[in-house]
Amino acid sequence: MSVYGHFGEMCCTMNEQPVAALEIKSLAKKFDRPAVDGLDLNVRAGEFYCLLGPNGAGKTTTLRMVAGLLRPDAGQISIFGIDALLDPVEAKRVTAWVSDEPMIYDKLTPFEYLEFVAGLWSIDGAEAEIRARDLIGWLGLEPHAHERCGGFSKGMRQKVALAGALVHDPKLIILDEPLTGLDAGSARIVKDVLLQRVRNGMTVIMTTHILEVAERMAERIGVIDRGRLIANGTLDELRQRAGRDGNTLEEIFLELVAEQDQAA
Amino acid sequence: MMRPATLPWFIRHELALAWRDWMSMMTAGKPGRGMIVAVSLIILAGFLHLLAYGLVGEFANVGSNPGKTVLVVVTGCALLSWSLMLSQAMESVTRAFYARADLDLILSSPASSRRVFALRIGAIAISTVLLAVLVTGPVINVLALNGGVRWLSAYGVVIAMGATAAALAVALTVAMFRLIGPQRTRLIAQIVAAIVGAFFVIGVQAAAILMYGSISRITFFNSDFAASIAPETDSMIWLPARAALGDQAALAATVLISLALLFMAIAVFSGRFGEHATAAAGIAEARVRQKRMSGFRTISARRALRHKEWTLLRRDPWLVSQTLMQIFYLLPPALLLWRNFGSDTGTLTILAPVTVMAAGQLSGGLAWLAVSGEDAPDLVRTAPISPRAVIVAKIEAVLGAIAMVMAPLLIAIGFASPRVALVTALGIAASASSATAIQLWFRAQARRNQFRRRQTSSRVATFAEAFSSISWAATAGMLAAGSSFAIGGASFALIVLFLTWTISPSRSEE
Repeated sequence: MSVYGHFGEMCCTMNEQPVAALEIKSLAKKFDRPAVDGLDLNVRAGEFYCLLGPNGAGKTTTLRMVAGLLRPDAGQISIFGIDALLDPVEAKRVTAWVSDEPMIYDKLTPFEYLEFVAGLWSIDGAEAEIRARDLIGWLGLEPHAHERCGGFSKGMRQKVALAGALVHDPKLIILDEPLTGLDAGSARIVKDVLLQRVRNGMTVIMTTHILEVAERMAERIGVIDRGRLIANGTLDELRQRAGRDGNTLEEIFLELVAEQDQAA
Repeated sequence: MMRPATLPWFIRHELALAWRDWMSMMTAGKPGRGMIVAVSLIILAGFLHLLAYGLVGEFANVGSNPGKTVLVVVTGCALLSWSLMLSQAMESVTRAFYARADLDLILSSPASSRRVFALRIGAIAISTVLLAVLVTGPVINVLALNGGVRWLSAYGVVIAMGATAAALAVALTVAMFRLIGPQRTRLIAQIVAAIVGAFFVIGVQAAAILMYGSISRITFFNSDFAASIAPETDSMIWLPARAALGDQAALAATVLISLALLFMAIAVFSGRFGEHATAAAGIAEARVRQKRMSGFRTISARRALRHKEWTLLRRDPWLVSQTLMQIFYLLPPALLLWRNFGSDTGTLTILAPVTVMAAGQLSGGLAWLAVSGEDAPDLVRTAPISPRAVIVAKIEAVLGAIAMVMAPLLIAIGFASPRVALVTALGIAASASSATAIQLWFRAQARRNQFRRRQTSSRVATFAEAFSSISWAATAGMLAAGSSFAIGGASFALIVLFLTWTISPSRSEE
């Protein structure tokens, strides 16, 4: 499915290349060892992109640099044509970040949390309220909308965090393991909301260890290992790359990582 | 080789954990700092002994057959310390109930949980005593040095006080559990602990001010009024005071009674401790509904941040109790102001340093909550607002809260003496700004509920905050009194700030 048409203002005329939602060039970050090592990545506007990789591969570090939570040692990050390192505030205006550990305020209600997020993104109050009510309804949080988040389960907290990420209507949403610890019902709701947003033109970049989720939801998949992108493309393209037609993503993933380990 | 699950085995386990916890707290989790900590403790001990010498050295020769006034003063001072010990023990007991740590493991193991909890109550008593010994030790040593070894029996009294404080703390907390249930006990016990710690200190000070116009607690204990309402010298109530003054029979009785109380508390409550710990584990945080008065407003990011900080602060009764305890200490100077209002502006000068000191301490706590205790740091950092604007909004939130708290007192002082009010306002501004700046320089991301241990994250920040508040308080006091030494106080405060900044992590990151 081509989704470029959903983004009139971000897309192009017939002769121009579409503006990428995310363009990463030679990105590097070193802690005690290189976590991200000259990574190049391109995510198209309006696509659902999954980033896979073994533990410690550099997925979270990469996405934290994109979200402006970490400063890279080298490289370039461009979000919808905005240089995220030179103009981080403008890049953040169109971006949202959801981590695997939902960070919300125990003493605020979901409604108040969304009002706070709307304030941070300077969204018009009336417009933000309509969005907040819609999100709270979609995510099944209505009965708890005016209860403080302190007593919420992990799933409810993750839904509140997701609502916070969506209330300012970002063009790019980055999710780091958003389904970790969620029950089947909550996970289904989160996946449905994300797919619906992609249909409306939003770009989603998600890391996950649940390969079935990537297989079913992602239009393109990137595999990262030792801080480098070792494969990138649709599921069929990855099958060709691994030389195994008809295999599951799990088998392809394991094959690619093992190949990389042998090469190292 | 010790037999597993026996009492000595559990004692060894608890001691090892307590030692590691203490070392981690003292070294801020950084290995290789053991020698620095040891040297710092020796220097601190020397300083405390010198301070004690100046404060109590001259009282060392109080006779071993004391009169009523001496007994009242010694008992009053012991009660002041005991109320703080009780507060600390209640805090420890509450933590032992609710901190999960290894409780799940212990309760699910075939080991006797009664034995473990008996040991933990004992550990609470020991830690209470140790802290009290650290505080009172220099005073007792100086008295023993000047007045003879009989004063060493005061250590026995401190042990007895710690034992009774632990016993009562366990009884009170278990009673709260049974009366109001595990859901509410956590918060109420913490607030009661804080109030118990301050109530007696402030109560005696308030009585001294109302009756004698003095802020000194000793004035009250030394007064004819206190002597007139106190029992005769042969009363049992003076046993601890007599014990502290070297009466061996009184010491034996005091220690025996207190240890009996502690063992009784252990025997009665250790079994229930396990039941209550299990009950505490089974509670979920209460669901609190908030009434909503209006719809979303269109506000700036800075205003949203300020509003959020104030809302979170207002809604956390435990944090409010902890931070407002410092405001509670403003009650005595406020009483002093009320008593002397319009009659003697000279006594107002004492208000300036006390108020400035309280403002500095309060600002430090609030600044930690706003800057380091941010529970959603990723959200704030990924918002389209510059880091500088975030910091500015948080500083505004802290200083705004300080202004709201201090304004009524400043206005009252202003009616009595505009000059003292101006000096106090300037002192508050300097002290609050300095404490906030120190928290900014030493910020380290933490959860809001780690507020209790915020001092352990950086010893330098804690001492710098205290020294800067004291220096600004001294400056305000001297300025209010018209002394030119105020310049020295202000210079010292600025030097403290400069030195703190030079060694702060934020500067080394620049």
